Amino acid sequence: MPHVLFTPVLTLTTVSAPTPLHTLLPHSTPRLRTRSVTDARNPAMTLLSTRATAAPPPRPRARFRLRKEALVGWGFAGPFVAVFGLVFLAPIGYALYLSLFQDRLIGGTSFVGLDNYGKALTDPRFWEGLTRVGLFLLIQVPVMLGVALLVALAIDSGRLYGRTFFRVSIFLPYAVPAVVASLIWGFMYGTRFGLVGNVNDAFGISLPDPLSPSLVLAAIGNIVTWEFVGYNMLIFYAALKVVPRSLYEAAAIDGAGEWRVVTSIKLPAIRSALVIATIFSIIGSFQLFNEPSILQKLAPNAITSDFTPNLYTYSLSFSGQQHNYAATVAIVMGVLTAIIAYAVQLRGMRKG
Amino acid sequence: MRTHITRRLLGALAVVSTLALTATACGSDASDGGGDSGPKDVAAALEKGGKVTVWAWEPTLKKVAEDFEKKYPKVDVELVNAGTGDKQYTALQNAMAAGSGAPDVAQVEYYALGQFTIGKSVEDLASYGAQKYGTTFTSGPWNAVTEDKAVYALPMDSGPMAFFYNKKVFDKHGIKVPTTWDEYVEAARALHKADPKIFITNDTGDAGATTSLIWQAGGRPYRTDGTDVTIDFGDEGTRKYTATWQKLLDEKLVAPISSWSDAWYKGLADGSLATLSIGAWMPANLTSGVASASGDWRVAPLPQWTKGDKTSAENGGSSLAVPKAAKNKELAYAFTEFATTGAGASARVTAGAFPATRADLESKAFLDTAFPYFGGQQANRIFAESARNVGEDWSYLPYQVYANSIFNDTVGKAYVSPTTLTDGLKQWQEAGVTYGNDQGFTVNK
Repeated sequence: MPHVLFTPVLTLTTVSAPTPLHTLLPHSTPRLRTRSVTDARNPAMTLLSTRATAAPPPRPRARFRLRKEALVGWGFAGPFVAVFGLVFLAPIGYALYLSLFQDRLIGGTSFVGLDNYGKALTDPRFWEGLTRVGLFLLIQVPVMLGVALLVALAIDSGRLYGRTFFRVSIFLPYAVPAVVASLIWGFMYGTRFGLVGNVNDAFGISLPDPLSPSLVLAAIGNIVTWEFVGYNMLIFYAALKVVPRSLYEAAAIDGAGEWRVVTSIKLPAIRSALVIATIFSIIGSFQLFNEPSILQKLAPNAITSDFTPNLYTYSLSFSGQQHNYAATVAIVMGVLTAIIAYAVQLRGMRKG
Repeated sequence: MRTHITRRLLGALAVVSTLALTATACGSDASDGGGDSGPKDVAAALEKGGKVTVWAWEPTLKKVAEDFEKKYPKVDVELVNAGTGDKQYTALQNAMAAGSGAPDVAQVEYYALGQFTIGKSVEDLASYGAQKYGTTFTSGPWNAVTEDKAVYALPMDSGPMAFFYNKKVFDKHGIKVPTTWDEYVEAARALHKADPKIFITNDTGDAGATTSLIWQAGGRPYRTDGTDVTIDFGDEGTRKYTATWQKLLDEKLVAPISSWSDAWYKGLADGSLATLSIGAWMPANLTSGVASASGDWRVAPLPQWTKGDKTSAENGGSSLAVPKAAKNKELAYAFTEFATTGAGASARVTAGAFPATRADLESKAFLDTAFPYFGGQQANRIFAESARNVGEDWSYLPYQVYANSIFNDTVGKAYVSPTTLTDGLKQWQEAGVTYGNDQGFTVNK
């Protein structure tokens, strides 16, 4: 049963494979933006609404036809709605339902209304985790996106030698599953038998232990950056490819230098790609789970069971038998993530 | 148009939620029948035959299952590895809550059994006649599975603690094998001084090891009486443990390597981890996991808190329990009985398990077994002696699985920060009190 509970979290886990694809298609990002603005002016929409308001009181025949049309419509939409309801809405509904109860070892299950929410909002362990991923977000995401942008601009500049090799090798870590990546890095971080230990031995120095409590968040940030720079680079590069080359020529004729081209043409042109990458990264940060969960085996005292909100819900539910409270924490976290991602989207899109 | 869609979506959501509600409602009311069948029914059930599903990760059960099927051809035993330790308990708890899919027999470690007995989710085997085995098993394991007249599981193996040490390393540096924990600290200093790469042992905070050593030192931090629970890490036994262990941590004499990690196995093999204080089930792990150090290691009695004592403690070990949700309880009991007593138990001991049965512990063949890994030492004699001297009256929390899962959040701080072990244990105690009260127990009130 608790597996169901985790579905909403897992479906969104970091940047899952299917989502990014459409952003890689040329023109797709600008179109996304225009669509939301021109919705009201959409001719098809206007046609529909005129018909709805101008239609005379429906005669039996017309009503029958309408109902038939509706049925046909449902025939098309039905399979999607069924799957959507089953794998998307049902788990959320079930998590909401679970969050209203309390199951105790003594006394069994009882309805507690919104008590769990009150508890979550005042739970220091939850806020500690949230603060930690917040800090992670503020530092790791700008670094990762900055590096990705730099690489994308370098590749796009056309001045890079071995461009394809460079592009592929930077993207390659994204193809490594997060669990494997964490294991690889976990071995390298080892101060005894790992790379850090070897470096220490070879040069007779003593590097600080990356898995100590004060450094472990940075160590995780390093893994996540390694994993996702290539992915974000590809988003930016795809957006840059769409910019018409003639603009650069015009800029060159006007005497603009390379830096001016970057700030005045390239960056504004890929603005929506930047916003989307940021939103994905925010969601990814808030859902940090794989990396700390794997490294926990190596650094059990540095990575606590409430290190990130997701890890906290996991341990609440799987070792604490507190499915109801875990569902509550997951929902609160989901809502917070949605609010912050939405705020960033509004802000990012407005100035464009 | 838009509101229309929203309304429809909300409608769909409502329908789906309702479905989810009904589904859970159906799931939770699977009732269990009473378990008042005597030994007679067991014989009849064996006659009739059927299928027994066993959830266990203990490798020696495979042979037992085959033997059982041979003896009772109409019974079909299905052995399932549903995960090790808490993974299996989670699956078990879920199956019990769901009312379907629970096994007929489940392996449960002693420290975790309380979680299932308190929820009354395992059968009281006394009604099948299990009380008669009171003297069959050694006292530690038997105490762990019984409560007053009730028998909630039958002991499958045990883990009386012993001291495993790398003789080659000790000899090389001319260090005496410690018999008390004070000598142990001295040996730790001497070894580390002789070769800074050598540590007396590894420790990154392990709830099982810590509670076992407190147990040996005479501490009894947990008391459970029904739903009244007391947690107190301030007693004298606990203080003895923290005083000694704090020295090891302060002087960085224990290696910051987690047990069962790659680095741990490497350290045990190359001599940089010189000793282990661990359960008697360890030899099989050494033989397979640290094969290259064969001949280097020896076994000695656990160092003592007071010179001349012989006190020991249990570390690990598990039992077989019959969930209330089992479909075929009589057959389940028959299998449990077969696997834990008599010929079944002996067969498992032959296959490498450490016995919880007195007869096997005292058998000459068992005691005389020479371990080539330990240079021909008859290590079982030390283990058997330890089993006889396990401190009495220890009990775990009814929610020890959860408590252990947050051990490193609290006590773990003592390993990586200036927090002391005493403070760490105090925080662990507080977290345990909060959780227990939340769960409906009356803790420290």
